[in-house]
Amino acid sequence: MTRLAQYRRPYWDTQPEYRFDPYASTQKRSPGQPLIALPQSLSEVTGPTFGAEFVREGDNDLTVGNGGEPIGERILVTGRVLDENGRPVPNALIEVWQANAAGRYVHKRDQHDAPLDPHFSGEGRTVTDASGRYQFKTIKPGAYPWRNHHNAWRPQHIHFSLFGNAYATRLVTQMYFPGDPLLPFDPIFNCVPDEKARDRLVASLDWETTQPEYALGYHFDIVLRGRDATPME
Amino acid sequence: MLYATASQTVGPYLHIGLNGLNCADLTASAPELAGQRIVIEGRVTDPDGEPVPDGMVEIWQANPAGRYRHPDDARELPLVPGFTGFGRVPTEADGSFRFVTVKPGTVPGPDGRPQAPHIMVSVFMRGLVKHVATRMYFPDEAAANAADAVLALVPAERRGTLIASDAGNGTLRWDVALQGQGETVFFDI
Repeated sequence: MTRLAQYRRPYWDTQPEYRFDPYASTQKRSPGQPLIALPQSLSEVTGPTFGAEFVREGDNDLTVGNGGEPIGERILVTGRVLDENGRPVPNALIEVWQANAAGRYVHKRDQHDAPLDPHFSGEGRTVTDASGRYQFKTIKPGAYPWRNHHNAWRPQHIHFSLFGNAYATRLVTQMYFPGDPLLPFDPIFNCVPDEKARDRLVASLDWETTQPEYALGYHFDIVLRGRDATPME
Repeated sequence: MLYATASQTVGPYLHIGLNGLNCADLTASAPELAGQRIVIEGRVTDPDGEPVPDGMVEIWQANPAGRYRHPDDARELPLVPGFTGFGRVPTEADGSFRFVTVKPGTVPGPDGRPQAPHIMVSVFMRGLVKHVATRMYFPDEAAANAADAVLALVPAERRGTLIASDAGNGTLRWDVALQGQGETVFFDI
């Protein structure tokens, strides 16, 4: 029986611990017992595969489909999905969601006193191309208050959800914007211990994709767990 | 070498972006699917026993022949048209979730020995900075469960949290406790 090539464990401090007290909800919503480490089997190295058939044309343009142009700063978010070995991950489904330009989500639980935009639902989806590239057109989300602590505000962000090639590569993350003065004060961003790992959650302004007279470009690469080249003995 | 992007919580508004792929009935798209139909019902709770009303549960499983629909599972076992093996539901106001599916077949472990039939489960919610991964095993597989290499890694007194109970009429009851009394076993995979 050939051993399966394993997906690598995270490098020290590049992933958050479940419990991070400054983010108050983690105190009760985190495992209390240590996790049990498993060698990966077929159950972990396989996973759901979603191709282009799960995405309709226009799903990656959050500024259309709601009867008119949403209010806000139009932006293009592009990047690549790679694995830790630097290889592109093609045909990878990406689901995104975000607040509108006023910092309000189209969600029954969002009671923030900021206007909804009838032309913005904040939901998008796409699949990476053969070289792992993706693109979304959207508007820059607003900052908004939350009740984690006194005068708590979330920095502007877009939520990303990816599967990659395996159950073991499942990732949900958030993309932030460069120069956001709220970043140093956000317990969610700062639950990641390693500063460089945090910085990798911040997109960069991208002149290559910026369209003159139309929309600013931001670049955000996403890296999924890499697999060892040779099977574990 | 690159480092994997850091995980962040799904937050409270996950449904906006994730409801599009919801699938509570894995059998609905697979008319030729044979095998033992099962319903999985459970509830996600916090250490105070309070329901988690704003979470999401995903499952991943092999088909009744024990084959995963994935390029890395190249064994000569039949695939079932329309059966993806993937399910996703949001938790309800009372923390409950429900899937309709089939009992998966046996798949090999890392050493090639058969594993007891199981369903892979991921749970996401506000307050979880990265999702938790666990497995659900079957109550009518006592011998296979006793021989399972993954269950053997779990302290005996906690093993029960991974095994569903038979609620009758093909329904399996399996709850997820995040922390505290009866805490579900979560895996580092």
